[in-house]
Amino acid sequence: MNRITNGFMVAMALGLCALAPSAAMAQEATPAAQAPAVAAPAEVAPAAADNATADNAAVATPAPAFDHAKPVAGIGQPQSGEINFQKQFTSIGHYAYWMHSYILLPVIIAISLLVLALLLWVIVRYRRGANPVASRTSHNTAIEVAWTLIPVLILIGVAIPSIDLLAKQFKPAPKDALTVKVTGYQWYWGYEYPDNGIGEYVSNILPPEKAIERGEPVLLGADNRLVLPVGVPIKLIVTGSDVIHSFSVPAFWIKEDAVPGRLNEKTFTIEKPGVYYGQCSELCGARHGFMPIAVEAVTPERFAQWVKTQGGTMPGEASAEAAPAAATPAAATSNAAEPVSTVATTS
Amino acid sequence: MTTTTVDGHAGEHAHGHHDDDHKMGFFARWFMSTNHKDIGTLYLIFAIVAGIIGGGISGMMRMELREPGIQFLQAWAMYSDGPGATLDQAYHLWNVLITAHGLIMIFFMVMPAMIGGFGNWFVPIMIGAPDMAFPRMNNISFWLLIPAFLLLLCSTFVPGGTGNGAGTGWTMYAPLSTSGSPGPAVDLVILSMHIAGASSILGAVNFITTIFNMRAPGMTLHKMPLFAWSVLVTAFLLLISLPVLAAAITMLLTDRNFGTVFYDAAGGGDPVLYQHLFWFFGHPEVYIMILPGFGMVSHIVSTFSRKPIFGYLGMAYAMVAIGVVGFIVWAHHMFTTGMSVNVKMYFTAATMVIAVPTGVKIFSWIATMWGGSISFRTPMVWALGFIFMFTVGGVTGVVLANGGIDDNLHDTYYVIAHFHYVLSLGAVFALFAGFYYWFPKMSGKMYSEFLGQLHFWVFFVGVNMLFFPMHFLGMSGMPRRIPDYPEAYTYWNQIATHGYEVMAVGVLIFFVNLIWSLAAGRKAGDNPWGEGATTLEWTLPSPPPYHQFETLPVID
Repeated sequence: MNRITNGFMVAMALGLCALAPSAAMAQEATPAAQAPAVAAPAEVAPAAADNATADNAAVATPAPAFDHAKPVAGIGQPQSGEINFQKQFTSIGHYAYWMHSYILLPVIIAISLLVLALLLWVIVRYRRGANPVASRTSHNTAIEVAWTLIPVLILIGVAIPSIDLLAKQFKPAPKDALTVKVTGYQWYWGYEYPDNGIGEYVSNILPPEKAIERGEPVLLGADNRLVLPVGVPIKLIVTGSDVIHSFSVPAFWIKEDAVPGRLNEKTFTIEKPGVYYGQCSELCGARHGFMPIAVEAVTPERFAQWVKTQGGTMPGEASAEAAPAAATPAAATSNAAEPVSTVATTS
Repeated sequence: MTTTTVDGHAGEHAHGHHDDDHKMGFFARWFMSTNHKDIGTLYLIFAIVAGIIGGGISGMMRMELREPGIQFLQAWAMYSDGPGATLDQAYHLWNVLITAHGLIMIFFMVMPAMIGGFGNWFVPIMIGAPDMAFPRMNNISFWLLIPAFLLLLCSTFVPGGTGNGAGTGWTMYAPLSTSGSPGPAVDLVILSMHIAGASSILGAVNFITTIFNMRAPGMTLHKMPLFAWSVLVTAFLLLISLPVLAAAITMLLTDRNFGTVFYDAAGGGDPVLYQHLFWFFGHPEVYIMILPGFGMVSHIVSTFSRKPIFGYLGMAYAMVAIGVVGFIVWAHHMFTTGMSVNVKMYFTAATMVIAVPTGVKIFSWIATMWGGSISFRTPMVWALGFIFMFTVGGVTGVVLANGGIDDNLHDTYYVIAHFHYVLSLGAVFALFAGFYYWFPKMSGKMYSEFLGQLHFWVFFVGVNMLFFPMHFLGMSGMPRRIPDYPEAYTYWNQIATHGYEVMAVGVLIFFVNLIWSLAAGRKAGDNPWGEGATTLEWTLPSPPPYHQFETLPVID
């Protein structure tokens, strides 16, 4: 039993070590960035120092003077009677969508139709009426080798772009990426912008009347959206505080489990401004179906404006020294309330 | 039915006798049975009862999902949580329903029917053995299922967190199943799984011993019928995977009750460890549910094509390959948990490999029919449906195997569509095929051909209407396990619910057929299928004598 457990521990350790290549990079960068990282919050966000984050979150709820965008039908949300993926707004999304539409779907349709055609053929040709005397053939080495090897070749053809897609999905975030920490709670999401000194604020589902009033789809609209800039690489750090949740935005082709004790990372760049919805995608208890994800993608200028309304600052404002701070999300976000996160990242 | 007070050891005298109408009372025969055919019948009856309950639960779920909003859940919650159930308790009830549906259909319907039912009935006969190797252990294997099932049903009425019942999903992921579900409900479910697992392990030991030691003279492994092969491979999968499940859920139990922290990150444990252990069992489990079906379909296709199975050895070793590879692909259920890129690449590639032996089986079935003289009796129609529907379910599995694609599809309705195509349209089609195929042998009566064909077509249309739209829902982003959905998903959900209604009519036709056949079915001869049916069960009378093969058949 112990040996089995150990085996899994090794597998787990492998998984953790390589949590993403960039996680390792972040750790390497930490020693060098240590001093500025400690100093950075004060420098970058004099008004909103670390210990003020809790108050900040409370103040930030009404989101003053920022004109929120309205969702557009067919973008970032499901459509009635849809038979395909939602329209994609990240480069990974385009690639994966392409791979599904032009490799996987043709292959699986072709295979299904081939099997159907063969079945129909034997049904018609070899029915008792048409073929009263059955043959006794039960071997044909050539054809058996063929139907083993041809599928192997097809699968290799599928595996090559698939492995490539995975490699692209795990491309580490560049240094100037915007770090956003997402925390899953029963049953709402918490969003935090360590680079901008914006402490965690909470995003709850909109009650149906409210959603309709605001012109948002019922069950998808949230009171406080996750606001992100377009064209800027986003480094999402996802964790869970109580049980496992899963942060998912179909239009970005991302889904990352929010596991207590782990910091999972996902990098993506949004292409167009808009409102994009998702839903929690791991069973997390009674209100699992009622903790939507609402992302509002805005231009970098409008993002800076939004950051101001939240009492935060843009890293650019504090010149190049602020950059290393971006690379140390763990240091910036793991406060006393979350000893667990650090355990996982450093193992 | 009336004679329940009879000498409890009446069964013992049968040793050395050959009387069909042995003088056993109802109680002794059915409650203390050590006869593989009687135990097989018990398993089949149990599976049908569990199937009605599990299928009824899915009916409740489809009713609720017919429209957006909460329609029925709150009213139903009054039965489990008492009058004045809150909305949260109603939502919790939803999770209880999905959990119960999954566990019942897997552990108490498909597994008992395939392995316990048909396996018990026909493996000993097909290999020319008088009975299973350990008849008393066979008895306890079955009777352990009853308390297991009762524990699962009872859990619905005791606290499990937000409301009554275990709302963890059949996967019971920690920490939702530990700190997230206070109350005894989840403990009862864990105990239920322990007992059901013990039952299956005993059954597996029994089948392995029987098949290795009790084959008739001359029946080498390479002459053994494919159904026996499929049960042999399945038994090994059970034997290797179930102890891992037992360990995983024991740690759940101690995390819940005795302060251990195996899955609690705050204490140095890891919730993802549970998922690795669970899926190390869970993935072989899906092959446990389908492999016996492969075996049955092979016999049916061969019988009704009047041709020997094409590529017999390839078929047998394809099942062995599926069994072996099935153990090294488990983490494709966990692509979004934050695994490293290399691990994801490995599990993507390894998972695709399974498509190769599965393809060998599909093509070999078609090749078996090729050149045959096919009659389309009910079992054959179900087998043909199985081959095509299993192919459709299989190819969507190839899509999901891609770790990068799974980033979108994981935990959506696409996954539900996929695994219901391989289970609800795969395993269940195989079960119906096997049932119609062997019903004349088991009961001595013919089923109604008309009702059997009607059952197939209604059921076929129903399940496709029910599950095909779920591919679309999943691609469009609808997550699994939610009681209510955004309005945009209404269209396909309504069609799915109508599909359920059609399917339910099909199931009704099945029961009408079953009752009619038992009551008024034409008498079946030893071999109602003609020259194509070559396995040993067709050499015996229908139904077979209480003890068969007192002189072992010799296979040349």
